[in-house]
Amino acid sequence: MVRPDSSNTITPGFKDPVLQSQAAFRIVMAALAEPGVWHAMPGDVVPPPGLSRPAALALLTLADFETPVWLPPAVRTGPAGAWLRFHCNCPLAEQPSAAAFAVIDGSDPAMPPLSAFPIGEDSFPDRAATVLVTCKARDGGAKAILSGPGIKTVRTVAPAGLPPDFWRGAATNALAYPLGLDLFLVDATHIMGLPRSTRIEGAF
Amino acid sequence: MSFAGSTSSEVDYNYAYLDEQTKRMIRRALLKAIAIPGYQVPFGSREMPLARGWGTGGIQITAAIIGPTDTLKVIDQGADDTTNAVSIRRFFERTAQVATTEVTSDATIIQTRHRIPEEPLTARHILVYQVPQPEPLRKLEPSERETRNMHAWAEYGLMHVRLYESIARFGQVTTTYDYPVHVNGRHVMAPSPIPKFDNPKMHNADALQLFGAGREKRIYAIPPHTTVKSLDFDDHPFTVQTWDKPCGLCGATDSYLDEVIIDDAGGNLFVCSDSHHCETRRASGHRGTMLGEAVGAKLAGDTAQGGRST
Amino acid sequence: MYVAVKGGEAAILATHDLLAERRRGDPAIPELSVAQIREQMGLAVARVMNEGSLFDPDLASLALKQAQGDAIEAAFLLRAFRTTLPRFGASVPLDTAAMHIERRISATYKDLPGGQILGPTYDYTHRLFDFALMANGSRPKPAAEAATRLDTHMPRVPDILGTEGLMEPEVPPPGDPKPADLTREPVAFPVDRDLRLQSMARGDEGFLLGLGYSVQRGFGGNHPFAGEIRMGAVAVEFVPEELGFAVDLGDITLTECQMINQFGGSKDIDPQFTRGYGLAFGHAERKAMSMALVDRALKARELGEAATYPAQQEEFVLYHSDNVEAAGFVEHLKLPHYVDFQGELELIRKIKAERVATAAAAAGTHKEAVE
Repeated sequence: MVRPDSSNTITPGFKDPVLQSQAAFRIVMAALAEPGVWHAMPGDVVPPPGLSRPAALALLTLADFETPVWLPPAVRTGPAGAWLRFHCNCPLAEQPSAAAFAVIDGSDPAMPPLSAFPIGEDSFPDRAATVLVTCKARDGGAKAILSGPGIKTVRTVAPAGLPPDFWRGAATNALAYPLGLDLFLVDATHIMGLPRSTRIEGAF
Repeated sequence: MSFAGSTSSEVDYNYAYLDEQTKRMIRRALLKAIAIPGYQVPFGSREMPLARGWGTGGIQITAAIIGPTDTLKVIDQGADDTTNAVSIRRFFERTAQVATTEVTSDATIIQTRHRIPEEPLTARHILVYQVPQPEPLRKLEPSERETRNMHAWAEYGLMHVRLYESIARFGQVTTTYDYPVHVNGRHVMAPSPIPKFDNPKMHNADALQLFGAGREKRIYAIPPHTTVKSLDFDDHPFTVQTWDKPCGLCGATDSYLDEVIIDDAGGNLFVCSDSHHCETRRASGHRGTMLGEAVGAKLAGDTAQGGRST
Repeated sequence: MYVAVKGGEAAILATHDLLAERRRGDPAIPELSVAQIREQMGLAVARVMNEGSLFDPDLASLALKQAQGDAIEAAFLLRAFRTTLPRFGASVPLDTAAMHIERRISATYKDLPGGQILGPTYDYTHRLFDFALMANGSRPKPAAEAATRLDTHMPRVPDILGTEGLMEPEVPPPGDPKPADLTREPVAFPVDRDLRLQSMARGDEGFLLGLGYSVQRGFGGNHPFAGEIRMGAVAVEFVPEELGFAVDLGDITLTECQMINQFGGSKDIDPQFTRGYGLAFGHAERKAMSMALVDRALKARELGEAATYPAQQEEFVLYHSDNVEAAGFVEHLKLPHYVDFQGELELIRKIKAERVATAAAAAGTHKEAVE
């Protein structure tokens, strides 16, 4: 665990943690229950540099002293690391394998592969990480066809600015079901769920 | 050691009773439950001010998800005015200042014990089940270590053997409630003690279904549009209960009926278990054959007394 | 719609009023004060604190008053309050060797450093009514001061055996991890001793007594000696992160029991004495002793013994010793179950009708055959 630089001023989190985290959770839960649907995450929280607003809101809502959070090294040691330590009291994991939550950034070529994060155990598949993947835009990228729980027939999504090989990694992740990571894609304003139960097809 | 406030009669509890750390823990468990439909996620079930076995799992889930814009409906045995449904509804009125309703379509969260409402649920609903025994294999194998392994390896042969044994003895599967289901083609799951009549409503439903077992400390879920198949055999397909008579009060022929004993000579009457469904039908002019009789009028009248709108 | 158990908020509120009336009893009789319960019902208060998992004699007394003396209901009240309390951290491990002894006995040595201190106990009373207590106002004569001051050094008996290498050593698991807390985290089996002890510390005294007794009678096969039972005040210390040194939070009264058991040894372990440990809030010897017996029985797996009996099976003990959970689930049978019962009724009628039809058909066939 690292002690991030907290010399900069830490910006505020939720004004009303009880009701704002409840509202944010309902969006996150709906997103995971309907994979492939983008949900707006409104709110007056200004995220620290390195975190999108949906990722910041999700972590404020879900992370605490029991959940190590893995951040890209530059983000971890910057204001975002200090912000999460202050508001969530969460440990910051140095190794992806220790993460309960993680944020990876599609624009950063040095991201660890999805397979670096814990996917749970045969007897306890729930002991797997939840990974928030930051992308540039909700549309304009390679098409992926999603099916499975939460999807009536199929859903097609095409987010832009994902890490290279993301869809191949996500499709492989789904093959390990019931083990696997649970993913959320986030852009500047929206969040989309991609749990391990979602089957992924496409030309990648 | 004592602490400040211990002599005060009023203690300031958090919104929806649970503290925020507990809500986060439950919320994290809910997300894993949704990601692995039908798999039982262990969670740090808290002591609650209501007794174990009286809905503490469902109450903890509701408390972790509910907000001021929700409308809550609570049913027990399909009815809104059973004692424990009233007690749980009061609990959330007091602790979460939330609007409550008996009208299924007005609700956003429905907490239930033993029934799924007759009116089809929609994407606006979240159905929260109270679960006494989350482990569908427990009656076959008392050890948690063993049943956890059976789920890990999808070893469900024992369950099929048990169902088939009852066919061999009785010519049919003799499980009438808490009838095991296979979820998303992977996990065998206890649907809680709903009658098997309700099992088909779980399959590819539009609503999110959440299950809480407080005493046994497990949470599980079925996302919308998820396959839920009641276990059966090619030569003995799954069937649901049917009744020879319609509801005595509203004449419904497609709802789950409860039997009411009306005298001590074996006289009986069948009435809808879903109280809101029955009232709605009667309000729109449907009349059962017993509604004109004294006993029917009394039953229907009782309802009005217990009923309430918000 | 009709419901067999008529609800309605008015009816429920009326039960609350009736209960308050019943709890108070005859208003002509003076009301019990919480302080009276705390001072004069100390053993009941201790039981409620143990099973309620909270050391707070005032609240435990209030719980007893509110619950009309029902220990399980009182423990339930205490637990439902405890669960909402914020956690500031864990205390420094308590040092029972430094206990301010009120009572300390050993059944394994006639005399030992510090001596046998009998203290306040029913052990040597004759269970004959003291009818003088029927009349209030009696004041017991003060107990005589001991001729000599108690020894400040009261080593724990298993520690004495330990120096000779005859007692199974108590070593923390590798890395000395923080003990688990089953009130915060779900239990996964198999469990380590920290969880077993926590579960028993809050477990039902009667259930553990029965299990401990079963071990003694042969459903467990251990041969226990009461190595030591001690009761008295122990200091609770806490190290706030910002201070970095221990602060004394006050004293709590504890009862500790260490049972000594024979162990014939196994392939990997030499023959030695093994230990069963019990610890309880307040003066609660029966609880501490029962816990120590079952603790030893539950070591079966670690010691390579066959776990054939209930007291040796951790899932059985942990899942069933919690009386608040058990009471809730047993009493939930009072809730309506008529939806499920209707399903069973329908099934039994159907099977019966089918059997009658089959029998009639068979009789018909038989008749044809005869003709």
